[in-house]
Amino acid sequence: MNGDLKILVVESEPAKAHDIIDALKDGGWSEVTVIADTSSLDRTLRRLDPDIVLIDLANPSRDTLEHLSLVSDARSRPVAMFVDQSDGAMTQAAIAAGVSAYVVNGLQKDRIKPVLETAIARFNMIRNMRTELDAAKQALADRKTIDRAKGHLMRARQISEEEAYGLLRKTAMDQGRKVIDVATALVTSMELLQ
Amino acid sequence: MSREVQCGFLPLVDSAPLIIAQELEFAAEEGLNLKLVRQPSWSALRDMLALGHIQFAHMLSPMPIAMSLGLGGMPAHIDALMVMSVNGTVIGVSGDLADSMQAGGWTNRFRDPVATAQALFAARTDRIRIGVPFPFSMHRLLLDYWLTRDPEFDLNRIEVVTVPPPQMANAVRDGELDMFCVGEPWGSVAVQQSGASLILPGAAIWQFAPEKILGVRHDWAELNPETCLAMIRAIYRAARWLDKKDNKPLAAEILARSQHLDLPDHAINPALTGTIPVRLGAAPVDTRNLLFFHRRAANFPWRSQAAWIADRLARIHNIDDTTANATARECFRTDFYRNALMPLGVDLPGASGKIEGAMKHETVVASTRGQMILGPDAFLDGAFFDFRL
Repeated sequence: MNGDLKILVVESEPAKAHDIIDALKDGGWSEVTVIADTSSLDRTLRRLDPDIVLIDLANPSRDTLEHLSLVSDARSRPVAMFVDQSDGAMTQAAIAAGVSAYVVNGLQKDRIKPVLETAIARFNMIRNMRTELDAAKQALADRKTIDRAKGHLMRARQISEEEAYGLLRKTAMDQGRKVIDVATALVTSMELLQ
Repeated sequence: MSREVQCGFLPLVDSAPLIIAQELEFAAEEGLNLKLVRQPSWSALRDMLALGHIQFAHMLSPMPIAMSLGLGGMPAHIDALMVMSVNGTVIGVSGDLADSMQAGGWTNRFRDPVATAQALFAARTDRIRIGVPFPFSMHRLLLDYWLTRDPEFDLNRIEVVTVPPPQMANAVRDGELDMFCVGEPWGSVAVQQSGASLILPGAAIWQFAPEKILGVRHDWAELNPETCLAMIRAIYRAARWLDKKDNKPLAAEILARSQHLDLPDHAINPALTGTIPVRLGAAPVDTRNLLFFHRRAANFPWRSQAAWIADRLARIHNIDDTTANATARECFRTDFYRNALMPLGVDLPGASGKIEGAMKHETVVASTRGQMILGPDAFLDGAFFDFRL
């Protein structure tokens, strides 16, 4: 039964936070709290008293957690997940996924591992989805630029669409550049001239 | 064939030697394709270095020592190849606290550590909450050195917390912090955005405090000495360029345009010129030694500086100071530094350690090519530390 673990997620992006909560709830952990505002993290930790804290590697407040892990008299002292480096593969996987974890109440390792694994998997999924989305958006934008460049060439030189593309490609090859770079340069110059 | 190397950094004014090494091609001249990898926090930078995602890092001078001593969340054997900047931290208080201190008769001259500590403890009877950027930082060590020297000091009088520098101004404005010690531009930002007053430069506590170092994994350095030497030479040249007075305006422009920093030039200028507004609307104070990159053998990784840092860390974290001292001295790689610069005919200090704090003024010492001028490096209380051995 996973339900009795208190998990705190520090994440400022609402969409991403939702995704992570969903993944953890699907995994059977129901006591999940998310905070976006980290301005008084030490007080928040005392109030919520979580067993484990998950924080985005890109979050600058990691340094605050790091400090709290050194304050010896704090009752709920977060300890960096990677401190003993007993599981190198897990550490690398977490860093690659962009998540880090702090264990608060001296929790046993076998209870932390599934939480972290779930978080790593979800962080990876979010990242992949974003990369794919970005790539798709970029491809669409590139195609529009190339179409506009072709249009300029067709009008200026009275050539067919195929010939216009051929000309772009030949120029790119001759100059050791990408077609999109040549097309962008052409579109920019045309805009300046108009 | 240029070798690609990745160096992690935090977007602070004192990352300038790295940016200049890249932009003015000092790195390229050494056959390095230097990629600067911006990091969101010191913890993240540390993890990336320790796990081998980056080869070099712009680090707080106590970080390699703390990591090598096993302190903090990611222990690893990390070395410092050179010092990248000396001084550069500023201490500030909230507008309210500054008012109370002034009501007690204190005047902010931005240089009286003893009177300022007195005024501080007199103005506040309850606990003073102080923000620093990272637990293993010169900021933390200087604050500790300064405040513990006041007769009114007691551990219960202060609470030190870590606040990421870009959030420092808001934390002061929201009453989360009474006081802070931070590197530029974030001190000036706190003055502009939250009515804070800067009360001391770090240099008023220690006149020659190594602030940032070039960090590298010990094992990696041993396997890739040539790359390390090339990197030292590139940053040495960049630091030398940065410290020339005539280059300051161009340096400010390059840094402001750089995508690495993402800061406007009015945020960059105070640190580069040493002329800093300590309060909103007040005339800027000209502060010698606020931050420098090269002069007075600033880049030399003195083993005695490492020992001083270890000594302070040992006190704060209750660890054995003899072991800490021995480990720290090994971390500051004077051997790499000498090997990198000797072939260039650079004048280097004759010894690899000095008595920290002994130079009240600029002092002539023996060097590899005759004589060189060092210092001053005095502490606020005139104490000195002989860790030469």
